[in-house]
Amino acid sequence: MGEQPDPLPLSPDLLRGLTQRRFSRRTMLKAGGIGALASALAGCSIAGTAAAGNGSFPGAYAAREEFWKSQKKHGKFVFANWPAYMDVGKTPSDHPSLNLFTKQTGISVDYKEVINEDDSFYGVIEPELAAKQDTNYDLMVITNGIYLDLLIQQDFLVPLDQNRMTNFYTYSSDLVRSPSYDRGNVFTMAWQSGITGIGYNPKYVDKITSWDDLLDPKLKGHLGMFADNEDLPCSALCAIGVNPETSTPEDWHKAAEWLQKVRPLVRKFYQQDYLGQLKNGDLYASMAWSGDIFIANSEGHNLKFVVPKEGAPIWTDNMCIPKYAQNPLDSMIYADWVYQPEPAAMLADYIWYITPVPATQQIFLHNAKTADNPKDKAYYQGLAASPLIFPDKSDFARLHRYRVLTQDETKQWNAIFQPIYQS
Amino acid sequence: MRWRAFKARLAPYYLVLPGWLWLVIFFVVPLLFMLSVSTMTGNILDGFKQTWHLSTYVDAWNSYHTQIIRSLIYGLIATAVCLIIAYPIAYWIAFRGGRHKQVYLFLLLLPFFVSFVIRTQSWEFMLDDHGMVVGLLRTFGLVGSNFHILQTPVAVIGGLIYNFMPFTVLPIYVALERVDPALLEASSDLYANKASAFLRVIFPLSIPGVFAAVLLTFVPVASDYVNAQILGGGTNTTMVGTIIESQYLTNLDYPTAASLSFILMAVLLIGIFLYARLLGTEDAMEMAGA
Repeated sequence: MGEQPDPLPLSPDLLRGLTQRRFSRRTMLKAGGIGALASALAGCSIAGTAAAGNGSFPGAYAAREEFWKSQKKHGKFVFANWPAYMDVGKTPSDHPSLNLFTKQTGISVDYKEVINEDDSFYGVIEPELAAKQDTNYDLMVITNGIYLDLLIQQDFLVPLDQNRMTNFYTYSSDLVRSPSYDRGNVFTMAWQSGITGIGYNPKYVDKITSWDDLLDPKLKGHLGMFADNEDLPCSALCAIGVNPETSTPEDWHKAAEWLQKVRPLVRKFYQQDYLGQLKNGDLYASMAWSGDIFIANSEGHNLKFVVPKEGAPIWTDNMCIPKYAQNPLDSMIYADWVYQPEPAAMLADYIWYITPVPATQQIFLHNAKTADNPKDKAYYQGLAASPLIFPDKSDFARLHRYRVLTQDETKQWNAIFQPIYQS
Repeated sequence: MRWRAFKARLAPYYLVLPGWLWLVIFFVVPLLFMLSVSTMTGNILDGFKQTWHLSTYVDAWNSYHTQIIRSLIYGLIATAVCLIIAYPIAYWIAFRGGRHKQVYLFLLLLPFFVSFVIRTQSWEFMLDDHGMVVGLLRTFGLVGSNFHILQTPVAVIGGLIYNFMPFTVLPIYVALERVDPALLEASSDLYANKASAFLRVIFPLSIPGVFAAVLLTFVPVASDYVNAQILGGGTNTTMVGTIIESQYLTNLDYPTAASLSFILMAVLLIGIFLYARLLGTEDAMEMAGA
């Protein structure tokens, strides 16, 4: 992917209510996870939560068929999602695409923006699921990675009804079909995806094309990196030319060495808050999420986003159904419904991350053609041309998934990378 | 008659029973449980089993001793600065506050009506490179354009001092408040000037308050995990509280988290006992316990 197009001439009303997706700071008091400990007070060990038949999905196939056969439509479901991840109409609680869904199917949606971070949300639902209780959510959006892997391994997700995924199998992009973290889309369908690359301010630095450009001493004190155990390590693995998905512990040590070279230049290892400092010039360059830079530029900033030539991590937020959900059939119908190009375009028009439905590009081009004013025309042309919403094939070749880790590997992985961003 | 006397002797024990139960249920039991967790091995999927695996402590210390030592150093600096700032405040309120004492105390506690995280966050805005502090210094050309305060130890320690200052002021205030003003008059009658009246009468009488203030400030400061995260940034400013938090909640590595907690607790307890031996009086211990 090249650089992104010039800032779009956006009217302020289009930006209404738009903030970056991951705006929340790490919540300080995530007491949820402790619940698992408390429940073990009685014994002298903490029971594991691994699924008994873990990994034996084919064997569970008949059970899955049975489960879905017995489900009935209830005309409602509860949807847990991230903030600013749904199209908005006249008021912040008005969501045109959800209204359209209700009109077409008769199913009403109780939409809740309750997920700010995967780890804290996992902390909230894990004790309930471990106690075999309904979480009160029928559909939720979880990023691929450690916590989605855990939910799958702990058998906390309902296997999807493959017979009700017609739109998904017709319209979904290759990126989200049978991804490495959920082969065969047994448990998940993508909501949106994004790229973790480099955002920079061309006022202060020359063109950046490679992760190694971050080693430039000129950046000292003005470079931002992420403080997390997925984006940061996987980016470093890309930087040393290794595909994170197939990386070995030996590669991890080499990636850590690369990070140690970068570390003296780093101003801060950021959790959520890098964008403000990138916008005001404190940071010249930073690891960044693609949609954030797009949004900053639409506010009038002139930042650049690059997918470094060595490659970069790509992540996907996924719709999945928690076990013991009360209305799984209704949420299953919705999860497939959003894969039709029309509702997918309504979402992509608002969210500005990578849409799982490439056909939306045609809709944007059509909108540009039929627009009655030049502003709208330019806007839709910009959307359709943006490589941040529609990456092309050559871009995908350089985008890599996070490494899927076993429990033992996770321990080793954390021990290698955590001391770097928490030094 | 005898039975009644026996019952009367038991009465005080009945009275302290709720207190003891409280301590046992909410302190001793969880503590023992965490101690047991710290020597378990396993993972979240397969469960954690008691294996008396003591080397978790060794590994935890080897990996994170820098952060533990840094937390202690930050704690000492922050406590010392807190004392220097808090003593005059407490003194002024106690002796010069007059009938508005309650108002001043209320003002001191007013920031506490806002969430801890929000208060720290607002310091981030203040110390920002374009904020009121650094921005002003830059405008007057006092510092170069590369100068910044955020993400340095100064920012983290500054935040700690700000957030924990009332814990220092209040015990000192209570001690000074107890001092009978007649003692001051008496010392001046006995030809003490103001300085020696303070040094030889008031300050010694306030020592129990200072002792309690140091404990109440140093312990939470050394184990704080918010300031380093918001005002620091992972580059040589991380404190051990942050490590423990992420071991518990992000890595789900309960044994490492528990053993780090116990290492920190042990270090703090040893430090406090030494401190109490050196400086503490019976009075001071009583005050600290009060």
